[in-house]
Amino acid sequence: MKRRDFLKNSLVFVSGASVCASALEFLDPREVLAANPEVRWAFLVNTHKCVGCGFCVKACKIENEVPFEANVTRTWVERYVIKRDGEVVMDSPKGARDGFTSKELDQGASGMRRIPDEEISQAFFVPKLCNQCQNPPCVQVCPVGATYQTGDGVVLVDRSWCIGCGYCIMGCPYGVRFFHPVEKVAEKCNFCYHRITKGMNTACVDACPFGARLIGNLRDPDDPVAKAVMTQRVGVLRDEYGTKPHVFYIGLNKEVR
Amino acid sequence: MKNHVWRPLFVVIGLVVIILLIRMAYVPADFGVGERGYMYGFHRQGNEQEWKEFQVKYRGAAYCAECHEENSSEISASGHGRIQCENCHGAAFGHPEDPESLAIDRSRELCLRCHAALVTPSSGRAQLPGIDATQHNPGMECSECHNPHNPSLEEM
Repeated sequence: MKRRDFLKNSLVFVSGASVCASALEFLDPREVLAANPEVRWAFLVNTHKCVGCGFCVKACKIENEVPFEANVTRTWVERYVIKRDGEVVMDSPKGARDGFTSKELDQGASGMRRIPDEEISQAFFVPKLCNQCQNPPCVQVCPVGATYQTGDGVVLVDRSWCIGCGYCIMGCPYGVRFFHPVEKVAEKCNFCYHRITKGMNTACVDACPFGARLIGNLRDPDDPVAKAVMTQRVGVLRDEYGTKPHVFYIGLNKEVR
Repeated sequence: MKNHVWRPLFVVIGLVVIILLIRMAYVPADFGVGERGYMYGFHRQGNEQEWKEFQVKYRGAAYCAECHEENSSEISASGHGRIQCENCHGAAFGHPEDPESLAIDRSRELCLRCHAALVTPSSGRAQLPGIDATQHNPGMECSECHNPHNPSLEEM
C-alpha cells in the first residue's frame, strides 16, 4: 500500500467512525410529535389592563362550582400598593370576588389600612391562577396519580382518585391549590378544560371586559398569546423554582411574588 | 415442608397474592402511564374525558345575540359594550328553557367594581370614571339615574 493511500483510507475511516451513533438513528415521528404536541395551552395576563373589577373571579366560581361564599378560589386578583417610601402593601379581599371597591386595604388580623392618596406611587392589580407548569411539582408529589398532566399541558385532578392527602397543596410553590369544601378533594384551576377543549375561552377570559386575560395555544404561531410570548417582554412568577410556569405576565413588578 | 422457614413464607406469599388480587379488582382498567411518563402522566386516562364533559355555564355574548339580536347590537356599540351580558344577567346555563334562572344583578356594588374611585396610577383603573361611594348618592341604585346599557350621560 502506498503511503498516500494509507493516509487517505485512514482519514475516511476516522471521519466515518467519529460520526456519533445517534446521528444515524432514524427518528420516530411519534416521538417527535410527543415532544412537540400540536397544542400547549398557555395564559397571558396584562397587568396594565386589569382594573380589579373581579368579574373573572365571580365567573370562575360560578362556572366551576367553587362554593361562592367559602373563602377559596381557583383564580384571584391581588392589589399591590407601593408607597413613595418603598413600602409594599398588598391585599386580596375574598380573592377579589366582589372586586376592589374600597381604598381600605384588608390586612387580615391587623385590620383595615388606609394609605393616603398622596403617599401612593404605584398601585396595580395582578390576577393569579394555576400556572400549569411544564414541570409541575404538585404532580410529582402526588402519591396515587390523582393529579396529572395531560398532553396539552394542563394539570388536572382526578376527583374519584384523590385521597385528600394534601401533598400537592404543600408542593405547589404558588399556593394555587386548596381543598374543595364540597367535593373534599384537592382543587385547582384547570384552565376551564371543559371549555378550551370545545374551542371556547375560559370563563375568566370571557368575563374580563378589559382584555387583561387571554388563553391561547403556544404551538400556533398565529395565536395572539404565542405571538405576545415570543415578541413582548413577558415574565413568569417564581422563575427560580424551575417549574416553567405557562402563565405569562406583561408588566410584572419585582414586588409581585 | 413443615419447617420454620417455609411456613411463614407461605403466609407472606399468600398475602402478596391477596394484595395483587385486590389491586386487580380495585384499580380501573384505564389506569396507566400517559404521554409524559411516570413522573407527570401516571393517571386514570378516562378522567381527561370526564373533565371535558364538565357542564359549561357561561355561554358568551354570541349565544345571547342568537335570540336578542336587537338588544345585543345596540348595547355592544355603547360604552358598556365590552362587558359580557352574563356579567350582570347571570350565567345563561338553563336559559331559555328556564327563564327564571337568570338573576339580574342591579346592585350598586356591581357598578362600584369598576367605578369606585381608587388611586391606581399604574393600572387601567385610572382611566375609568370613578366616584366616591360614600359621597355620591349613597344608598341609591346607580340604575335609578344611569342607564347601565348606555352609560353616556349626554344621551340620557
